[in-house]
Amino acid sequence: MNLTTSIIGIVAYLILAPIAGGLLAGIDRKISARMQGRCGPPILQPFYDFFKLLEKEPITVNKVQDFYVNCFLIFIIITGCIFFAGGDLLLFIFTLTLASIFLVVAAFSSNSPYAQVGAERELLQMMAYEPMILLTAIGFYMVNFSFKVSDTVTSDVMGIIYLPGIFIGFVFILTIKLRKSPFDLSMSHHAHQELVKGLTTEFSGRTLAVIELAHWYENIFLLGIVYLFIAHSAVWSPIAAVIVCLAVYFLEILIDNNYARMKWQFAINSSWVVALTVGFVNMLVLYFI
Amino acid sequence: MSYVTKSPWIIHYDGSSCNGCDIEVLACLTPMYDVERFGIINTGNPKHADIFLVTGSVNEQSIKVVKQIYDQMPEPKVVVAVGICASSGGIFKECYNVLGGIDMVVPVDVYVPGCAARPEAIIDGVVKGLGVLAEKRAAMDKKPAAAAKAEAKEGA
Ligand code: SF4
Repeated sequence: MNLTTSIIGIVAYLILAPIAGGLLAGIDRKISARMQGRCGPPILQPFYDFFKLLEKEPITVNKVQDFYVNCFLIFIIITGCIFFAGGDLLLFIFTLTLASIFLVVAAFSSNSPYAQVGAERELLQMMAYEPMILLTAIGFYMVNFSFKVSDTVTSDVMGIIYLPGIFIGFVFILTIKLRKSPFDLSMSHHAHQELVKGLTTEFSGRTLAVIELAHWYENIFLLGIVYLFIAHSAVWSPIAAVIVCLAVYFLEILIDNNYARMKWQFAINSSWVVALTVGFVNMLVLYFI
Repeated sequence: MSYVTKSPWIIHYDGSSCNGCDIEVLACLTPMYDVERFGIINTGNPKHADIFLVTGSVNEQSIKVVKQIYDQMPEPKVVVAVGICASSGGIFKECYNVLGGIDMVVPVDVYVPGCAARPEAIIDGVVKGLGVLAEKRAAMDKKPAAAAKAEAKEGA
C-alpha cells in the first residue's frame, strides 16, 4: 500500500468510523430489543444519546480524569489509523493496549469503589483477551510472512483457510472486547444495577460521550480484524468479508441476549483455554505444513 | 432542537413506598410498554441520569439519600414524583417517621397521581417531564450553570 491509499484509509476511518460505529450500535439495540420481544429505540438513538451527553452540565471528579479519558480516545483513534493505513499489526496491538490502560487509569483516578472494581475487572479482561489478540497477529504473520495489514489484504490466500482455529478464538474474545454478555464484567450496556456502571460510574456528560465515541471507533477496527480473515486479492473478497463481519456481529448480539454475566474466573479460564487449544494448535499445524 | 428530550435516562429511587409503584415503574420496561422506544434507559447511576423518578414518601431515613441523588445529577434534570405517596405522603402521611411528599426535600417538576400509578400514567408523566427538561436546557444557555445550581438550591 502506498502513501496515498494510506492517507485515504486514515481519512475515511476518521470520518466514517463514528458514523458506522454509531449506526452499528443503534442496529444492535434494535435487534436486541426485537430479540426480547420489544419494539426498541430508533436506529439513531446512540447519536441522540451522544449529543445529549454533550449538552449536559460537565461534572468531573478531579482534573486528571478528563485528560486520561481524552488520551483513551486519541490512542483508540491512533490504533484505528494504524490499522486502516495498512500498518503493522503488532504496533496496532501495542497502541490498543495503551489505550485500554488509559481508560483503566481514568477509572482508578476517580477513587469511587464502583469505578475501581470496574477498573480491576477491566484489567482482568485485558489479561483474558490479550494472548489471543497476539496469537491472531502471529497467525497472520505465519500465513503471509508479514505483520502488515496491507500485505494481508493483497495476499493471494484467504486467511481463514489457514487460520480457522485462530478465527474461532478471535471471535470468542471479541465478546469481551465488544463488552457483551457473558463477559461484560467491567461495564455493560444493559443491566446497570450491578456495580452501578462499573468503569464509567464516575463519568458523566462530555466525558461519557468521549468514551462512547471511542467505543464506536474501537468496534469498527475490531470488526476490521474479522475482515482481514476473509479479505485477500480476489475481487469478490471485500464483499464476502463485510458480510462475514456483519454475521459475526449478529452472532455477538445473539450471545449477548442469551447468556447471563459470568464470573471473572470463567472469563479468564475460558479465553485462555480457547487461545491455547484452537489458537495454539492452529499455529502448530501451520508450523508443520 | 435539544437532544435531552430524545434520550432521557432515568434513575429510580424508592423513598419509602409499599413497592406497588415500583412494580409499575418496572412494568414500563417490559415488552408490553417498552419505554426504550422513547430512548428512555433505566440507569442505576445518578451521574448519568436526566430524570429522577421517586416512588413513595420521604421518611427520616431517606431524606439524605434523595437529596444526595438529586445533587449528584448533572443539569438539566427533572424530578418526577410517582404515586400519591410521592406527591403528598398519601396513605402514610400520618406516620410518625414520614415527612410527606418528595417536594418537602427536592423541587418536583411533575406529579403522577394514582395508587398505584399506572404504567401509562408514569410514561405520560415522564413525557411531560421532557418538556420541562427542554425548558431547563434552554435556560441553561442563558445563564451559567453555577448560577442555575445556586438558584435550584435556594428553591429546595
Ligand atoms: S401510591 Fe400506593 S402503590 Fe404507590 S407507593 Fe404509595 S401506597 Fe404504594
